[in-house]
Amino acid sequence: MGSMLLKRVLAAIPSLIGVVIVTFLLTRALPGDPAAYFAGPAATKEAIEQIRATLGLDQPLIIQFFHYVVDLAHGDLGKSLTTGQPVAEEIRARLPASAELTLLGLIVSMAIAIPLGIMAATKPGSIIDHTCRIVTTAGVSLPVFFTGLILVYVFYYLLGWAPAPLGRLDVFYSAPPTVTGFYLIDSLIARDPETFVAALKQLILPALTLGIFSLAPIARMTRASMLSVLSSDFVRTARASGLAPYTVIVTYAFRNAMLPVITTLGMVFSFLLGANVLVEKVFAWPGIGSFAVEALIASDFAPVQGFVLTMAILYVALNLLIDVLYGLIDPRVRLEA
Amino acid sequence: MIVAPALQVEHLSVEFRTRSGIVKALDNVSFAVGKGETLALVGESGSGKSVTAYAIMGILDPAGRVTGGKAMLGALDLLHATPDEIGKVRGREIAMIFQNPRTALNPIRPVGRQIADVLLRHADVTRREAPARAIELLRAVGITDPARRAKAYPFEMSGGMCQRVMIAIALAAKPSLLIADEPTTGLDVTTQAVIMDLIGELAAEIGMATIFITHDLALAAQRAKHIAVMHAGHVVELAETQEMFAHPRHPYTAELIAATPDTAASLDQLASIPGSLPDLRRADLPPCRYSERCPRKLASCDQPLPVMPPENPHTVACWNPL
Amino acid sequence: MSSIATDRADPDAAIGAALVQAASVTADTVLPPEPATTFTPPPRPTAPRQSGLAATLSHIRYVLSENLVTGFAFALFLLIVLAAVFGPALVPYDPLASDTVAALKPPSAQHWFGTDQLGRDIFSRVVVATRLDFGIAVASVVLVFLMGGLAGVAAGFYGGWTDRIVGRLADTIMAFPLFVLAMGIVAALGNTVQNIVLATAIVNFPLYARVARAEANVRREAGFVEAARLSGNSEFRIVSFQVLPNVFPILVVQMSLTMGYAILNAAGLSFIGLGVRPPTAEWGIMVAEGAAFIVSGEWWIALFPGLALMIAVFCFNLLGDGVRDIVDPRRRT
Repeated sequence: MGSMLLKRVLAAIPSLIGVVIVTFLLTRALPGDPAAYFAGPAATKEAIEQIRATLGLDQPLIIQFFHYVVDLAHGDLGKSLTTGQPVAEEIRARLPASAELTLLGLIVSMAIAIPLGIMAATKPGSIIDHTCRIVTTAGVSLPVFFTGLILVYVFYYLLGWAPAPLGRLDVFYSAPPTVTGFYLIDSLIARDPETFVAALKQLILPALTLGIFSLAPIARMTRASMLSVLSSDFVRTARASGLAPYTVIVTYAFRNAMLPVITTLGMVFSFLLGANVLVEKVFAWPGIGSFAVEALIASDFAPVQGFVLTMAILYVALNLLIDVLYGLIDPRVRLEA
Repeated sequence: MIVAPALQVEHLSVEFRTRSGIVKALDNVSFAVGKGETLALVGESGSGKSVTAYAIMGILDPAGRVTGGKAMLGALDLLHATPDEIGKVRGREIAMIFQNPRTALNPIRPVGRQIADVLLRHADVTRREAPARAIELLRAVGITDPARRAKAYPFEMSGGMCQRVMIAIALAAKPSLLIADEPTTGLDVTTQAVIMDLIGELAAEIGMATIFITHDLALAAQRAKHIAVMHAGHVVELAETQEMFAHPRHPYTAELIAATPDTAASLDQLASIPGSLPDLRRADLPPCRYSERCPRKLASCDQPLPVMPPENPHTVACWNPL
Repeated sequence: MSSIATDRADPDAAIGAALVQAASVTADTVLPPEPATTFTPPPRPTAPRQSGLAATLSHIRYVLSENLVTGFAFALFLLIVLAAVFGPALVPYDPLASDTVAALKPPSAQHWFGTDQLGRDIFSRVVVATRLDFGIAVASVVLVFLMGGLAGVAAGFYGGWTDRIVGRLADTIMAFPLFVLAMGIVAALGNTVQNIVLATAIVNFPLYARVARAEANVRREAGFVEAARLSGNSEFRIVSFQVLPNVFPILVVQMSLTMGYAILNAAGLSFIGLGVRPPTAEWGIMVAEGAAFIVSGEWWIALFPGLALMIAVFCFNLLGDGVRDIVDPRRRT
């Protein structure tokens, strides 16, 4: 187990190095003169030169890269032009909002997709199988921001069930004292059920939007993988041994069928982290996605770059987690490492 | 004939629906196996041996359907039992072991746990006792260091060892009938004999009847008291082993015996049987599915096959037997 | 990491890749696989086809007639192409002409899809936008077809360092969430439509490079390539006349499968304000403009461009499956 973990972590390092190099190159690819860009439109020639020297832009690319890596190692992602705040701090403050939303979205989609896929596979040709097929075909075609807007229109404007799509908490409530940064958890820790419910209400629609978006690949994979496992030799053995249907489906078939589904989660996370940006814009969610979008519109590059880097590191970490999870379930991976 | 049958199968018919038509996989299959005895089902691949076993166990592919007949296990008709009734006997009264033991075991569950699953379901054991009982069973099927092996996964074991585990799973609840579907396919020759001996010993120990499915007539002759020869979904001949070899009556059986290396007088006789199994999707299947390969075909072979009374010790489905 | 994200834009292919023995069961049927008696697929393009044109046409006809859905998608595709080509000439209103008197009007006989906050006719804008959205998607898949195809063929055919560099490049791109990387690229290179095309192509690069690499790798050792080599053909000739024509159909399948993703990606970028700028008519930006009015009940501003986008993506996804069936019946799931 330990050696498997080590191997996985080592395997993730080249990806991390690649990510750092690409984000570095992206900053240096900025159109025009970066120094003039960072100095702002009103700067004098001397000021630009000074900034060039301060930023180290007069030095060879490799030295610049070295400085970039050193800064990164200190958690320094530069400063935002518009707010003047360090980007790293801003991202740290906003990350929990994005994480809470994305995780809840993933939970929603797995809670729907996995049972749907299993039922479709155990009853091929049934109504639920057809439902599954329609959901998976339609799901990949729905633009996530469009789904979000439709949900807002129906559940906020028409039915009035959901609160206005304006952030994590209605203005009448104040955020619970920060422990994890997740409002749902923090409000529970603070024993504040009212805030919990209020935070949940704000979360439901955006999480549902993300859930619907990532439903299709998970359901499709679960169904295909369940179908394959259900016709496998060992499930036949389990049936012939007279094990209870529940044991056959869950303990024998489902656990094996989960392996390809877990692999698919890598793809799902790639989609989710991207879709997160769009959903945050639709719901005015104060996460790192909307931070990046605001910066993009203001042509403020440091936050965008910090955002891209953070997302990529998160994604590499999530893939690592998926690998480890896979190893935990599949002894063939765990023991042969 | 069988006096006290552990299982009596009568007129079993099975069909498969496929996109290109209905496959009449089994037609009117009848046989019985006596308590504590071994019956061999012998035939080429595709002759319906495994389908017979799956139909009895109630684990046919969803596309397959039993269209007629019964399979009596004591007073219970397995083919028409409710899922509840089947649930009470499957794994407990009748058990089954398969070919390719390495894929027949759950790849991500320790083998000890897989045995314990069956024990918990069928034997009167508690969760606490199950692991120890599983280890005992592993010892009983001849696995050395069973306590350590119980924690192993199938991919860490050899094919022979996996088949021993399969046997332990099948015999966990001491069933009265075991169906062994080509249990030695994919194992090396020495292991084959060891596995067959093991099944024989354990069957004798608990007085269990065995249906042994194989394409190897010589192996069937060594292990079984009775042999049923299957061809294209029919049981063409059924007799005691000695009788079958001494006086084969169906032309197909005769060809099979001639094609078996042990009994072939010379290499010249080791001829393969001409022709192949007919396409079972055909609408115009002849009543005798061997007739198109048969050297002894008569005009009368186009009539429905003769049905012999089950009391007959040597039944043959042929209008022109040897 | 590489195993995780082989075919991310294509759930069908991902299923195929990740399931080891699913060949007979992933299908939408419980029936056991049957012998191939129902139709004779055209010879798989392993060797240059000369005589197979008639067979190919009859196979296309077979797929279209057997598969109503593909036929429907094909019809929809023609409609989209027609809208892209002739749309601007046919629409009743100038897509940019504002008319403050008629602002925010719901759908009516005059304005089928209503009008937006500046009184522009939404129907005209949705139709006119087809050319831009379709153009971006086509341009980006053609671009990635060239980049990924060439890099993949080089990697697969030459192996060694070329292979390692292309592989590492693909892995690095895959290490980013794709939409996020596309954002970063457009932000860094400049906020233009060209860069949206480029970014969409880059994030799809690994998919194409891998498919082309695998295909070229198989070809490298194939008999007819060996024969061409022995008869004194240069490597360049072999690649251009023996390998590329064989990789081509596989990449065409890939193009049709990724069209839907490309159009979604581009619309997503313009939704957050990248690339296309107002007042240009483009589906993503129109949805973004309409978003502000959803909370006050003016649903039509965002709905119609959103629906157009959805239908286009849906059509491309269905068509992608259909094209795969035509070009490569074996990979049908």
